[in-house]
Amino acid sequence: MTSSLALDWSEPLVAGEVVLDDRVAPNASWSAVVRAGHVLTIVDVGGNQSGDCLLYNAADTEERYSVPDTLAWQGNAYVRTGTVLRSNLGNPLMTVVGNEIDRQDTIGGACSKESNTLRYGHHVMFHHGCRENFLSEGAKHGLGLRDLVSNLNWFMNVPVEADGALGIVDGMSAPGKRVAVRAETDVLVLVSNCPQMNNPCNDFNPTPLRMIVVRP
Amino acid sequence: MTDSVLNARADARARGGQTSEWMPYLPASSSPYRPPGVEALTWAETVAPGGYTHKVLARGTRIRFDDPTGDACAHVIVYNALETVERLNLADTVKIPWQAYLGAGHPLLSGDGRVLATIVGDTSGHHDAFCGTTTEAWNQRKYGDARPEGPSPAGRSLFVKAAAKHGLAPRDLPPSVSFFQGIRVDADGAFVWRGSAGEGTSVELLAELPLLVLVANVPHPLDPRADYVVGPLRVHAWRAAPTGPDDDRFQATPEAHRAYLNTIDYAEARGL
Ligand SMILES: [Zn+2]
Repeated sequence: MTSSLALDWSEPLVAGEVVLDDRVAPNASWSAVVRAGHVLTIVDVGGNQSGDCLLYNAADTEERYSVPDTLAWQGNAYVRTGTVLRSNLGNPLMTVVGNEIDRQDTIGGACSKESNTLRYGHHVMFHHGCRENFLSEGAKHGLGLRDLVSNLNWFMNVPVEADGALGIVDGMSAPGKRVAVRAETDVLVLVSNCPQMNNPCNDFNPTPLRMIVVRP
Repeated sequence: MTDSVLNARADARARGGQTSEWMPYLPASSSPYRPPGVEALTWAETVAPGGYTHKVLARGTRIRFDDPTGDACAHVIVYNALETVERLNLADTVKIPWQAYLGAGHPLLSGDGRVLATIVGDTSGHHDAFCGTTTEAWNQRKYGDARPEGPSPAGRSLFVKAAAKHGLAPRDLPPSVSFFQGIRVDADGAFVWRGSAGEGTSVELLAELPLLVLVANVPHPLDPRADYVVGPLRVHAWRAAPTGPDDDRFQATPEAHRAYLNTIDYAEARGL
């Protein structure tokens, strides 16, 4: 359960001209439009830090990331290299073009003050949560609660066991591990650097993320 | 003869009083398929293959879906009818109970830490909380036709219309759950098709808050059959009591207990 204090800021997973290079503090939110063809590398700087993520068609946010469409089209519950991240219309928004951990999660959803009361008790209602981050970051783009749907969780580990048992367990990532996603159209990316302190999705120790966009 | 208003009226009126295989029954209690032991129904309908329905229901309503042929697939989205921004959250619905496969006792949770509905009866056990419903892109590819008015409409197209009839927009459609056609997840994450449990199964939901229910009856996206195969879906509802402290499921797990506490807290504050 002890987490390494080492930080590895790493480098883009795909070579190209860097057009954006941001550091996201622990517990904070981030957003940017990634232009079609550009590749976003997300660096798990401190290791096992969940980056909760939502995607929208930047030209029409009513078209947005869809967990069921992504999973049904690929016939598999896990996100890996080659997974096409699809919209609620079935269209490709982004494609995973590089991934340094076994699998990425998109079934565990986002933490929230409200669901925290179910999972851990009402005494944690005051904690920060990813849903809070999505709301404050989304508001910058005219997005509200109606626009929050099931999301991706970069670097989070949510296995489905044979009997259907499902849950967030110890991560498989490490400092400096990366995932890279290529935009298939202009995509608005919202990220919550997960502040959860009650389960292993951040190794009980929120750390920074690095977001690098390159034009290959 | 429809050459005058009077004749057109007579012609139209002569069409009344007939029945079809798929129709709502009014009053609901007159349904030819009234569930045994239930006296007063508040909703009774047979949904056509490729059809949809929707209803606003009181807190404490018990909703029964029947699959008479084994080929129905009930895609369902539920909302808090009083604040539709509170809606089915499938991630929380599988994460909070630590269980991806739906069955009796499973709560359908909103993103607000409350139970919108509880699955209180299930003789099928073949359901899916992963794959959602079909899109026009999917049905166009699979069936060669996805027009909403055509022979193989997508579930999403039907949800768009059902939602619109309650003032909701496409952005108000979260991922849906489906009943009567099941999948499993293998060790590698791949979906394994289970399909139907056979004809004559039912699923019962209990409305824990005032509910807006949207239902689309279309083939499951992973249905391996090349044709658009879907059977009729029967829906019946009646007044009952929401889950309370006297029910075993109220404290069946700590997560469910707090979810019901949150739900009752909301209902009490609203004077429900
Ligand atoms: Zn979180």
